[in-house]
Amino acid sequence: MAETRTPRRKLLWRIGEVIETRPETPRTKSLFLEVPGWEGHKAGQHVDVRLTAEDGYQAQRSYSIASAPEDGRLALVVERLEDGEVSPYLTDELRTGDRLELRGPIGGWFTWETTEGGPLLLVAGGSGIAPLMAMIRHRAAARSDAPTRLLYSSRSREDVIYAEELDRLSAEDGALEVTHTLTRSQPPGWTGYSRRIDREMLEEIAPSPEQRPLAFVCGPTPLVEAVATALVELGHDPARVKTERFGPTGG
Amino acid sequence: MDENRLDGNAVGGLLGEIFPFEMTTAQVTCTSCGSLWRVGQTMVYGHDMGTIVRCASCDNALIRVGRGPDRYLLDMRGVRYLQVEEA
Amino acid sequence: MSEGFVSRGFRGRRRRTEGGDRLPPGQYLVDGFPVLSAGPTPHTPLEEWEFSIVGEVDEPKKWTWEEFRQLPSEEITTDIHCVTKWSKLGTRWEGVSVDTLLDGVETAAEYLTAFCDGGYTTNLPLEAVTGGKAWVAYSYDGAPLEPEHGGPARLLVPHLYFWKSAKWVRGLRLLGQDEPGFWESLGYHNYGDPWREQRYWGD
Repeated sequence: MAETRTPRRKLLWRIGEVIETRPETPRTKSLFLEVPGWEGHKAGQHVDVRLTAEDGYQAQRSYSIASAPEDGRLALVVERLEDGEVSPYLTDELRTGDRLELRGPIGGWFTWETTEGGPLLLVAGGSGIAPLMAMIRHRAAARSDAPTRLLYSSRSREDVIYAEELDRLSAEDGALEVTHTLTRSQPPGWTGYSRRIDREMLEEIAPSPEQRPLAFVCGPTPLVEAVATALVELGHDPARVKTERFGPTGG
Repeated sequence: MDENRLDGNAVGGLLGEIFPFEMTTAQVTCTSCGSLWRVGQTMVYGHDMGTIVRCASCDNALIRVGRGPDRYLLDMRGVRYLQVEEA
Repeated sequence: MSEGFVSRGFRGRRRRTEGGDRLPPGQYLVDGFPVLSAGPTPHTPLEEWEFSIVGEVDEPKKWTWEEFRQLPSEEITTDIHCVTKWSKLGTRWEGVSVDTLLDGVETAAEYLTAFCDGGYTTNLPLEAVTGGKAWVAYSYDGAPLEPEHGGPARLLVPHLYFWKSAKWVRGLRLLGQDEPGFWESLGYHNYGDPWREQRYWGD
């Protein structure tokens, strides 16, 4: 079980600087931040981002940290929501050199450190890959050999965030298996899954309940609920299925 | 399935404004059904009026936070005790 | 610290305030119909639904859904104002006037608590819901009220902030004393008049 002792601390708003922005897919962009005084984080934690307009109006959202604790700079990945108030600003307006107000890291339940071991089952939908990517990157940086399976649902091949990095990491490391399901459109010759994650798919991909995997599920609420329910029905211990719902539409 | 709820992680920031600890690992016991949860396992309903933290088993309101100007109002009658382990 | 920090180029959603004197102070117009949820959406089957008037009354009253739908109803076009600052003008509802529901009810009570599926409550003085000021509404914008907006029926008290228009309402409990409801016990104003900006205790 994860270490749950927590040191006393004050959760303060502070200012980070955007040192790079990088489009990942047609709908998503990575933001790389330098945050003076950042004391580190655990894979799975998030930050709260707060935007303030000239007239004092404020809007706040949470974003999972996608970078490993070992990385020098903080990475967030933002999915641009059509009707969003915050995400279009972060993807369309924010640029290198801008400052961003944030606080964190937050979260002690949906986290994983290599000391906890595996096997790990990571299930992501869309931008829900963010905290799980932090776990995968931490695992690689710490040279952990915990058997890890990622099941990642995206609309199409173009919408897979971190596609190359995941291909590379899984090619280099036999203990990391990545399975994609592309739910709306598939490239010619695609032989992989092409439907929403369901119980049958989880039964094929997940480690057996006897192996007592630690499962982390993150993404749009309908996906998270369907997956968490299915895993428990398949016999996994509910206390070892950790969820992070992103809300009805995603990040 | 309720699309409006998030996991207990989502209240980590708000509770972190009030308590000087990482609160998602705090333990709470539901006064209605007796189940024990880490705050990270509860269901959170939050919007601009306030945030309601509910038991994942029976939906009892464990912690209710109302926000006013310069004020937090915490109603914790749904929790028998709240335990934080300091490192 | 980060006092006075402004996010370059951030404007937020356009907050429209054209509404003239129909917009209470501090409000802005919104296009959609925001859903604010304090708990899971109830889904009471209509065969199990009942509305009651209970408490300090000579004789409690109760209607099944069929009986409720037989009551005389009205079309209401009204402006609604949420304490979180959004307003919608000219919203269309259909429902039964609270005056109709209280017709023939003998009581000395001056207050009531509206109680709802899911446990939500809100308190009101009786005079705030009588005299053509409140309804139990089952239709919004020409269609049956959706569960996420309080269907099958919600209280509609448009002259007060919209948290008083309790979703999934199942009855009114008449009382001799005022008992703060779900939000009123959490810092929100006991009465909630948007024109006097009564958002919080002490306003």
